[in-house]
Amino acid sequence: MSNAFETNRRSFLAGTVASTAGFTLGFHIPGIDSAAAQGQTPELNAWVVVKPDDTVVIRVARVEMGQGTLTGLAQLVAEELECDWKKVTTDYPTPGENLKRNRVWGNYQTAGSRGIRDSQDYVRKGGATARAMLIQAAANQWGVPVSECYTWKGVVRHRPTNRELRYGQLAEAAAKLTPPADVPLKDPKNWTIAGKSLPRLDTKSKLDGSQIYSIDHKMPGMMLAAVKICPYFDGKLKSYDASKITSMKGVKKVVKVDDTTVAVIADTWWRAKSAIDQMPIEWDKGPHAKLSSDDVTKMLVEGLSADQAFIGNQAGDAKTALASAAKVVEATYAVPHQHHATMEPMNATVVWTPEKCEVWTATQNAESALATAATAAGLPIEKCDVYRLNLGGGFGRRTAHDFVRQAVLIAKEMPGVPVKMIWSREEDMTHGYYHPVTMAKLRGALDKDGNLVGLHMRISGQSILSTINPAGLQNGRDPATFQGLNPSGTEGVFGYGVPNLLIDHAMRNPPVRPGFWRGVNNNQNAFYLESFIDELAAAAGQDPLEFRRKMMKNHPKHLAVLNAVADRVGWSKPPAPGIYRGLAQHMGYGSYVAACAEVSVNAKKEVTIHRIVAATNCGHAVNPQQIAAQIEGSFAYGLTAGLLGEITVKDGRIVEENFDTYPILKMDQMPAVESIVIPTNDFWGGVGEPTIFVATPAVFNAIAAATGKRIRKLPLGDQLAKA
Amino acid sequence: MIRLTINGTVREVDVEPDTPLLWVIREQIGLTGTKYGCGVAACGACTVHIDGQPVRSCSLPVSEVKANQKITTIEGLSPDLTHPIQKAWLELDVPQCGYCQSGQIMAAAALLKEKPKPTDAEIAEAMSNICRCGTYNRIKAAIKRAAGIPA
Ligand code: FES
Ligand code: FES
Repeated sequence: MSNAFETNRRSFLAGTVASTAGFTLGFHIPGIDSAAAQGQTPELNAWVVVKPDDTVVIRVARVEMGQGTLTGLAQLVAEELECDWKKVTTDYPTPGENLKRNRVWGNYQTAGSRGIRDSQDYVRKGGATARAMLIQAAANQWGVPVSECYTWKGVVRHRPTNRELRYGQLAEAAAKLTPPADVPLKDPKNWTIAGKSLPRLDTKSKLDGSQIYSIDHKMPGMMLAAVKICPYFDGKLKSYDASKITSMKGVKKVVKVDDTTVAVIADTWWRAKSAIDQMPIEWDKGPHAKLSSDDVTKMLVEGLSADQAFIGNQAGDAKTALASAAKVVEATYAVPHQHHATMEPMNATVVWTPEKCEVWTATQNAESALATAATAAGLPIEKCDVYRLNLGGGFGRRTAHDFVRQAVLIAKEMPGVPVKMIWSREEDMTHGYYHPVTMAKLRGALDKDGNLVGLHMRISGQSILSTINPAGLQNGRDPATFQGLNPSGTEGVFGYGVPNLLIDHAMRNPPVRPGFWRGVNNNQNAFYLESFIDELAAAAGQDPLEFRRKMMKNHPKHLAVLNAVADRVGWSKPPAPGIYRGLAQHMGYGSYVAACAEVSVNAKKEVTIHRIVAATNCGHAVNPQQIAAQIEGSFAYGLTAGLLGEITVKDGRIVEENFDTYPILKMDQMPAVESIVIPTNDFWGGVGEPTIFVATPAVFNAIAAATGKRIRKLPLGDQLAKA
Repeated sequence: MIRLTINGTVREVDVEPDTPLLWVIREQIGLTGTKYGCGVAACGACTVHIDGQPVRSCSLPVSEVKANQKITTIEGLSPDLTHPIQKAWLELDVPQCGYCQSGQIMAAAALLKEKPKPTDAEIAEAMSNICRCGTYNRIKAAIKRAAGIPA
């Protein structure tokens, strides 16, 4: 994923701004200081504004979508700034301002669990630089050396005389100083704000309905739009009969948006939606009108034994090892498409005039939303901007901006009038960027002592990059396919030492568009690998924990999280009667995760998950209670896919249209989760996704232990009862 | 004109009688704390109280609500975040994205009114709202805290 986004970013940059070498903190460009332009207190640097009343505004480039990044990034800045945490507020600079200021806020992309780990360095420097300037301003005012001054909770004190000045009193003078070039960052050991389980900054407004999500945005004179998008893959809008609905109350206009989409604009969304639901529409079903999930499966099955495949990880000679093994174990697994199903459906509000285009929306990458909007608007990017509103979930879906493009094209039909376009749940469900569909065949070679001496993992299926960002492919190979299976690197390393190894990918791309779905390819890779490791352990007659441990000597961090869950759950002692355990571990987005699930299966073959113990080593833990929240939430997200959810295809379109047919895990199925956060403080890893990887394999391994039945296809559904 | 009593105020709205109460609340009344998630009574994001009972407002035509019935939305639950459910939610930092939370809070408040000391099973049964961020365990803990049940 990192490659994909990097390439995206670069190509975006190449087309929009001339040069973006590095970050310049506190670099003032005359005339475009937005805060000053708005008649506010001048900023100390791009990240920090201190107001006369001591309120500290911390600017956040990454976006909050539930994962806690807003609070975490503010903690990191506030830590270095040594301000009063109670006076911290946050602000989202627009991507238009970022562009004008030579990308002073860097990358806005919020995905790949990168919100904190990829920006921690420069945001901390922003805080530290601002603090140094405040101290200098105080020292200047007192005529004393800086070395005699120190800071604490938003105050600069002169040690010898106990004089003090509040940051709010110093900010204006400090803003005029030249920022120091190189400021040291604190040793995390000395953190007092970062690293603490502080409450989130954005909770209160989520408790009384006052938080404004994109879908809630209001403007004077605003019109509302509902759309119908061709439900057939690569199909088109053939015709529609607007005359049937134009006299309906509130309807203002029926708009052909593009080749695939028609919109109704009305004075309320409900009227727009009711009208479009009643409008006769004919679709050209396009080239895949007969496609079904069975056809997709056939494509993938063919790939499982195809000669040609892209190699992701190779050591020794797996094929020879398999040919000469004492015992060969083989299993084939399958993972279907999934939908992001953010609780807030896609939407955007746009005002378009021939001179400018403004967009209010929920996005995981406002820079790319801006680029999309400018293209759709037919205006130079400098004439456009995107204002970020809160996201009712992102999970990767809001890294793509098809809906922004539509909203702009619709608003263009009513110049000067704000138009908010909202997708119905049905449009949202059937026009996703789905979790890619894949299968995998694994073959393992055991020697006579039950050691794994050879492994071939053949993945067959969809490549995300080939659709989303073909420039990220490497000679046709999609490197993101091998997330968590890589031989080396900092993102996701295969955690086992296997002397003869081959992991390869037969790319098979059905016309169902794939996307980055929280956890991305790690999800199926961990499910395939960790299920199969348990199958191998069983075939070797070995304990699944011991079988793993033997192969993890060179991967101490992978092993440490696995050991942590085993210790906490008491692996060495048998579980209570009727309870069975399953383990899984994986590395992704820079972090190491492991889980142990305890389940029981009753006579009706119903599974109860009694308890899950999960360990995470994310390097530095900026807010442990929020990391625990991400771990818990990851089980809900991961197990929805593991137990319930499946997007299927019939007659060239998506079958599931709403939550009645695409069920989401609810409270009655949610397991108790005990999280263990064990940062080793020597790297920075992500937390928004990693635990998802181990959710399903840990539970499925426990189900296999309980029933002797190995489930190799997601979701679990009623497979146990049918078996 | 249809007369409604929302958060203690009588409002008149000019709207087609089959309009779901959710969209009347959001678009005619202008209270956007009540959310749209599915429109088919499957997610609970649109939960409001009618005479104290939790109702999925996306699936209730406004014409079925009588003028004297008291509709309470998240904005009317308490004037200042002092409802025990809101207090517990704040203490445990329950929300992630927060989009489902209006509905969760309204469902939880109705539960505690009906059953001041709910069992785990009663909580799970009453709380069938979807939270895609997966805040269920904190929701459950917060309900217990609000009910004064030891964790
Ligand atoms: S929006 Fe009413 S239940 Fe989902
Ligand atoms: S907090 Fe995001 S859906 Fe519940």
